[in-house]
Amino acid sequence: MKILIVEDEPQMLENMKQTLELEHYTVESASDYSVAVNKISNYDYDCILLDINLPDGNGFDLLTKLKTMKKADAVIVVSAKNSLDDKLFGLNNGADDYLAKPFHMAELHARVKAVLRRKYFEGNKLMQVGNLQIEPENRNTNIDGEEIVLNRKEFDILLYLMTNKSRLVTKAALAEHVWGDHIDQADSFDFIYSQIKNLRKKLEKATLTIEAVYGIGYKLDFVK
Amino acid sequence: MKLLNYTSKYLLILLVPLITIWAVIFYYALLDEIYDSLDDGLENQKVMVLEHPELIESAFENQNFKKGNHVIEKIGEQEYHNFEESYRDSLMYMQNEKDYEPVRVFESTFKDSGAYYKIKIITSMVEEDDLIKNLATYLIILYLLILISIVSLNNFVLRKIWKPFYSLIDQLKSFRIENETTLKINKTDIDEFELLNQTMEQLTEKSRKSYLNQKHFIENASHELQTPLAISINKLELFSEKNDLTEEQLKDVGFVLDNLARLTRLNKSLLLLSKIENQQFVEVERVDFESLVNHIAQDFEDLLLHKGTTLNIVVKNELQYQMNKDLAIIMLTNLMKNAIVHGVKQGTINIVILGKQLILSNYGVNHALDDDKLFSRFEKMNTDSRSTGLGLAIAKAITQKYQLQLNYTYSTIHNFIVVFP
Repeated sequence: MKILIVEDEPQMLENMKQTLELEHYTVESASDYSVAVNKISNYDYDCILLDINLPDGNGFDLLTKLKTMKKADAVIVVSAKNSLDDKLFGLNNGADDYLAKPFHMAELHARVKAVLRRKYFEGNKLMQVGNLQIEPENRNTNIDGEEIVLNRKEFDILLYLMTNKSRLVTKAALAEHVWGDHIDQADSFDFIYSQIKNLRKKLEKATLTIEAVYGIGYKLDFVK
Repeated sequence: MKLLNYTSKYLLILLVPLITIWAVIFYYALLDEIYDSLDDGLENQKVMVLEHPELIESAFENQNFKKGNHVIEKIGEQEYHNFEESYRDSLMYMQNEKDYEPVRVFESTFKDSGAYYKIKIITSMVEEDDLIKNLATYLIILYLLILISIVSLNNFVLRKIWKPFYSLIDQLKSFRIENETTLKINKTDIDEFELLNQTMEQLTEKSRKSYLNQKHFIENASHELQTPLAISINKLELFSEKNDLTEEQLKDVGFVLDNLARLTRLNKSLLLLSKIENQQFVEVERVDFESLVNHIAQDFEDLLLHKGTTLNIVVKNELQYQMNKDLAIIMLTNLMKNAIVHGVKQGTINIVILGKQLILSNYGVNHALDDDKLFSRFEKMNTDSRSTGLGLAIAKAITQKYQLQLNYTYSTIHNFIVVFP
C-alpha cells in the first residue's frame, strides 16, 4: 500500500512517516503544494494524508485537482483547524475522512485502515489475529468459528486494538476513540481497565493477549 | 434632568430677582413721572386761576373743596414772605369711592392788588396700592409668558438643534461591541457635534477592532498550538514503543503524555469558548432534552460505574428547545462531568426535567460554592490536575448564547439549574 503525506511541518511529517512505515506501508512525502501536485499527477496512491494549510497553497485545491484528474486516491484531510466548515467542505469535495490535530498515532492507523478497507474490500474484510476473526462492518466476532458476544464498547476496543496490532495504544487514544471526545476530562482513564478485564475474560480461548503497558496503555499481540 | 431643561431652570431662577428688581425700579420711575406730570398740572391750574378773576371769587366760598378743586384764603404779608411753595400728598374723602383716597395738594401764594393770598389746589392721585397690585399681576403674567416661551423654545427649537446629540446618545445606548453594527452618524452643521460624532465613530471603531483582534487572538493562538502539541504527543507515543525502555522510564513518559493531554484539553476548551463567542455554531434544531439526557447517561455509564455513582433521571414533562445540538450536548456533558468529578464516591447524581427547568444535582463539599466565581474561567475548586477550570464557563457561555439561565443553588446538595425561557 502506498501512502502520500502532504505536510509542511517537518517533525509532524517525520512522526507520521515513521509510524506508518512500522505498519509496513510505503510512505512518500511532500512538504509543499507544488511538490504534492507533482506527485499526485505522476503517481497513484492508495491513500493521501493531506494538510490543508500549506505554505504555497491550500490543501483543498489539491482535492479539486484530484477530482479533475479523475484519480481514485483515498484522501484523509489533516488540519490544525478543527472547524466544522472545513470538515464539511473537505468531505463534500471528495475527502474520505477528516482528522484534527493533535491526534494519536493509533487514531491515524485506525483512520487509514478504515479508509483502505472501504476502498478495497467494500466493507467485507475479515480481520484476523491468531484464531480470532472479526468483521468490522457486521460487528461479528468469533474464535475458531465460535461466535463471541461482545457489547458495543468491548467490540470497539477490540477493533481498535486489532487495528493497532503489536503497537502500543495509549489509554487516552483508546478512551477518545471508544467513548468520544467528551470523556477526556473525566477523572483518570482507570475506568477503561474494567472494560479490558471483561474483554480478556471473553477472549480467554483466543490466541492473543491484551497486555497492559505500565502507566501508558495497552498492546494487543499474538501468543507465540 | 435633561440638558435642555437644565439651562432653562437656571434662566427662570435668574429671571425672578431680575424681574423683581426691574419692577421696583420701574415702579419708582413711573411714580416719579406721574408726580412730575401732576405737579405740572397743578401749577398750570394756579396760573389759569390767576388769569380768571371769577375763579378767584368763587374760590373764596369754596370750603373743603366742595365747589371746585382750588381754595384761596387771605394771608398776612409776614406769612406771604415766609411761605414756601409745596406739593404734598394727602387723603380726602371721595364721594364716588366713599372712602379716603390720596390726593396731591399744591400750596402756593400770590399777591393781587396789594393783598396777599394763599392758594391750595388739589388733584386726584394715582392709587399706589392699586398700581402695585396691577403691576405685580402684569409682571406675573410676563413671567409666565417668558416661562412658556422658553420651554416651548427648548422643545421645538433647541430639540431640533440638539438632535444629532440625542441620536448619537441613542445609538451609543444600544451599541454592543460584539455586534457587527457600526454607528450610523447623521451629518450636522454644528462644529461641536461634528467633532463629537467623529470622535465617537473613531473610538467605537477602534474598540470594536481591538475586540475582534482579541477575539481572534485566542482562536489563532489555539490553532497554532495544535501542531506542536501533535508533534510532541506523537513523538512520545513513538518513543514509548521502543522496547528498550524500563518501567520507570515508561512511567515518566506516561506522565508527560498525561500532561500533554491536559494541555490539549485546555487548548480545545479555549478554542471551543472562542468559537461559541464568535458565533460559529449557526445551525439550530429542536433539541429534545429527554433523549439527550438519556444519551449522555449512556456515554457516562462506564465512568459512573467506575466511581460507584448512582444516576437518577426523573423526567416530569417534555422539554424541547431550539438550539445547536452539538452545543446542547457540550453543555450537558460539561455539567455532567462537573457533577462526576466533584461528586463524592459512591454518591448520587440526579437529573430532573421539571417544567421549564433542567436540574442536575450532586453531593460534594459540605458548603455552598461561591457562585460569583463558579462560572468564571480558570476558577478551580481544587487543584485537581484533570480539571481545566473551563467546563462551567463553557456551559455558561452556551446558555448565554441561547438566552437560557444557568443558576446554582445549594441545599445539602449542589444544584445546577438550566432555566429555559
